[in-house]
Amino acid sequence: MSALIEIEGLTKRFGTFTAVDNVSFTVARGEVLGFLGPNGAGKSTTMRMLASFMTPTSGTARICGHDVQTNSLAARRSLGFLPEGAPTYPEMTVLAFLRFVARIRGYSGAELSDRVDHAVSLTTLGGVRLQPVETLSKGFKRRVGLAQALLHDPPVLVLDEPTDGLDPNQKHEVRALINRMTSEKAIVISTHLLEEVDAVCTRAIVIAAGRVVADATPKELAAMHPSGRMDDVFRTLTQPEPAG
Amino acid sequence: MRTALIVARRELGGYFATPVAVVFIVIFLVLQGLLTFNLGNFFDRNQADLAPFFSFVPWVFLLLVPALTMRLWAEERRLGTIELLLTLPITQGQAVVGKFLAAWTFCAIALALTFPFVITVNYLGSPDNGVIATGYLGALLVAGAFLSVGSALSATTKNQVIAFVLAVAVCFLFAVASYPLVTDFLSRGTPELAEIARRISVAERFQSFTRGIISLRDVLYFASFIGFWLFLNTVIVDHRKAD
Repeated sequence: MSALIEIEGLTKRFGTFTAVDNVSFTVARGEVLGFLGPNGAGKSTTMRMLASFMTPTSGTARICGHDVQTNSLAARRSLGFLPEGAPTYPEMTVLAFLRFVARIRGYSGAELSDRVDHAVSLTTLGGVRLQPVETLSKGFKRRVGLAQALLHDPPVLVLDEPTDGLDPNQKHEVRALINRMTSEKAIVISTHLLEEVDAVCTRAIVIAAGRVVADATPKELAAMHPSGRMDDVFRTLTQPEPAG
Repeated sequence: MRTALIVARRELGGYFATPVAVVFIVIFLVLQGLLTFNLGNFFDRNQADLAPFFSFVPWVFLLLVPALTMRLWAEERRLGTIELLLTLPITQGQAVVGKFLAAWTFCAIALALTFPFVITVNYLGSPDNGVIATGYLGALLVAGAFLSVGSALSATTKNQVIAFVLAVAVCFLFAVASYPLVTDFLSRGTPELAEIARRISVAERFQSFTRGIISLRDVLYFASFIGFWLFLNTVIVDHRKAD
């Protein structure tokens, strides 16, 4: 197993506020890492630095060995990234949007069409291919964002809240999709849904106030609290002083 | 360059997928028509040229070009799509150039649709079509200059209204810099400043194009003007993208 994602001492400060504080971890092929934490804990900031959208204050990250700061384009080629909220251009149709992303990714001709068709079928978007994105429901929009991230079959996937706002059926579909891809990729998903960790993750990292407070398998994590319930573990880990 | 063109193509498609394209082109043509025929006394002058048409072009662009550029980056930032665009394997420079080229192509289309003026003047007399051609080239360069300013300022904010107002204000400064109003004021205290103001004025440079003169200095002026603002645009995007 080789580490496809390596993060070393990653730190991001906004003025005097430290959003991400000396975070280090690696993710190997075949792992699905659940990135947990309360809102504002620094999950999105860490992911944005992984995707070279934000520049770290100190420390660095490597994707497939490419440094996100010194070799950012190569790192981004190996990465499929779903930004928080799955933003897409509202006036474009699903197909036009995916073809645009595929072109930027360097595909053309028949290969481009194959890639787009494959991504559309993976995310079951066939029925809405020709609809403008702004007319779609939240669940479909999220899937368009996923299709865009999967288009080039990247070795590394970073998904910021991929199931946020989806109904239970859609959540199940997205998780099944992630489970199918597990073996050949390194995947990081951020979430604040604890059942998701059990459903898809092989490992979980809990961060609070920018620091890693736990790095364990879901089972080990559950054992950290006498009740064995994830909710209790989460609260104990992320609150400085447990309430009650 | 290929990547920049892919961005440009998407952006240009965006203009035509929304009412922006139709509204812009119709208003542009109506304004140019009204100004040329009424204020410009196109017919009463009894001269077969497009001088009145070109004299209003910078002013119409001053108002309309910022409306075209205000969404370029402000909307991208408001929707969060900037996070998508800039995490694709694309440099910020490519994104900036691509967006600029899309808006510039759009202005070129709007200018091309003023062809009835050229037909009219050719029907009524025998104008110097060379002068008309250089006039159009100058108009396109003025559009490019204003676009580069508007695009850079659009990257400073998430609010399209602010982007519009800032762009109009800055473009206005470059448009009127050579006018006596400004140069007289400046030359009272510091004559050197008045000279500089005249040299950086977009309107002054455009004048020679409408007289049929293409000088290397004027072309270099526009090229470096656009280059400077696009460079600034890249720096602003890099600095503000994640805010």
